[in-house]
Amino acid sequence: MKSRKVVCVLCPLGCKIRIELDEEGNILSISGNKCPRGEGYAKDEIKDPKRVVTTSVKVLDGELPLASVKTDGPIPKKYIFELMKILKSVEMNAPVNVGDVVVRNIFETNVNVVITRSVGEKTSDN
Amino acid sequence: MKNVDVLVIGAGAAGMAAALAAAEQGAKVLLVEREDRTGGILNQCIHNGFGLHYFKKELTGPEYAEIFREKLERSGIDTCMEKFVLEVDVNKKEVIVVSKEGIEKIHPRSLILATGARERPFGSLLIPGDRPSGIYTAGVVQRLINIENRLPGKRALILGSGDIGLIMARRLTLEGMEVVGVVERLPYPGGLLRNVVQCLEDFDIPLLLSSTVVEVKGKERLEEVVVASVDEKYNPIPGTERTFKVDTLVLSVGLIPQVELVSDFVEIDRSSKGFAVSNTGQTSVSWIFAAGNSTVIYDLVDYVTYEGEIAGRSAVRYIDGKDVGKTKVSVEAGENIGILFPKWFDPLEDLTMYIRVRKPIEKGILIVEGALERKVEDLVPSEMIRIRIPKNRINASEKLKVFIKEE
Repeated sequence: MKSRKVVCVLCPLGCKIRIELDEEGNILSISGNKCPRGEGYAKDEIKDPKRVVTTSVKVLDGELPLASVKTDGPIPKKYIFELMKILKSVEMNAPVNVGDVVVRNIFETNVNVVITRSVGEKTSDN
Repeated sequence: MKNVDVLVIGAGAAGMAAALAAAEQGAKVLLVEREDRTGGILNQCIHNGFGLHYFKKELTGPEYAEIFREKLERSGIDTCMEKFVLEVDVNKKEVIVVSKEGIEKIHPRSLILATGARERPFGSLLIPGDRPSGIYTAGVVQRLINIENRLPGKRALILGSGDIGLIMARRLTLEGMEVVGVVERLPYPGGLLRNVVQCLEDFDIPLLLSSTVVEVKGKERLEEVVVASVDEKYNPIPGTERTFKVDTLVLSVGLIPQVELVSDFVEIDRSSKGFAVSNTGQTSVSWIFAAGNSTVIYDLVDYVTYEGEIAGRSAVRYIDGKDVGKTKVSVEAGENIGILFPKWFDPLEDLTMYIRVRKPIEKGILIVEGALERKVEDLVPSEMIRIRIPKNRINASEKLKVFIKEE
């Protein structure tokens, strides 16, 4: 039997979760999580670690040059840099609003990239 | 000249919450902000993890700010951007504000300070060497990248492993910079464990504990940073120096409450360096209240919002003549307590305390004399403890002592 310790990143509590595994790597038990979300997180950490990604995209003719974005759910960690590359080439036209979808169903994960900061159109005096 | 019930200085998380809470009580509120938008530091904190307490869901900084911005718009509160407070005249109860429109005198019946904090600057660290460009505080880098769309350099070292330092390590990496390491003088990380995992370990960024920067070199632009291990008194150990070739040094070495506007006449707390306040948010000057990072550096914006609301409510209660500050019991820090907030307990409100321990504590009992005893474990200075005690459970007449007994 093997065991692994992971720190849950889903909230600031940062539970230290202990995962017991058999020789084939199957999960035998999960302990140390203070909420049920920790269990799913621990399973993912063994199989396919996932993270929510936050970054920003360019906005054309906006009152600000950027609008911040997030994935509206966690995506596999292995896609993070590919996602960054895709978002580098994205340009949105102002105005954009919180919740606007930038990329739908990214990497077939059912997760969307959405705007997290509304950016209005540039006005003539700024 | 302008008369208002409540004047709030600063439209960050604390100021927005205070203004809204005061307006809800029927007060005529004026909110002034020096930037061109509300939200304060939330605007540049594009990572998530905000709002889990207050909204019971996870938001990014800009989303958190936007919810309050919309509330402000609906409330009809007079919100003035790009206005800077020059002076508070405590005797005349007058606040002098400057903006493009000129100078204005405001007479509030109550004032709420929500002026936030500043970053500890490079100059205060007394690091020997050259003074080239390429040395930034983490908040400045965050603003450059997240608001202004500018990258500060190519290869970076980060000094200080507080949450902002960790989050910027990830941010710089995602944006294509190489982060060669995060240097921390303590033997444990300064930020939350979750941020060590998702900001450093996820990207194989080394965390150099018990180390510090001992020299910076470079003619025009930063070229090299020398790092050395430190002993238990934080003195560099000769012979342990390592040189990193970087063009960027990012400092995440602490926040200092911004109090200078009124520090001549409002009492400053010796441990937090922020405004000393009651659990009502009232300062040592009865008509002046304060909330947010100008009182103590918080871990979570949710806490800032709660305390802003209390200050807003209490300021109106003060104007209405309802005894705010008539009784004040001193809250005193004892054994193992590093930071303790608030400074006084006013029996009009429940007591919500925020505590940072002086050193890591594995197991212990937190004692609030005559009011509470609670088992605690795994405490570290970087993680604030929040304890709420109903006002009727406290019967202290002179002082309330708070300490942690180690087990």
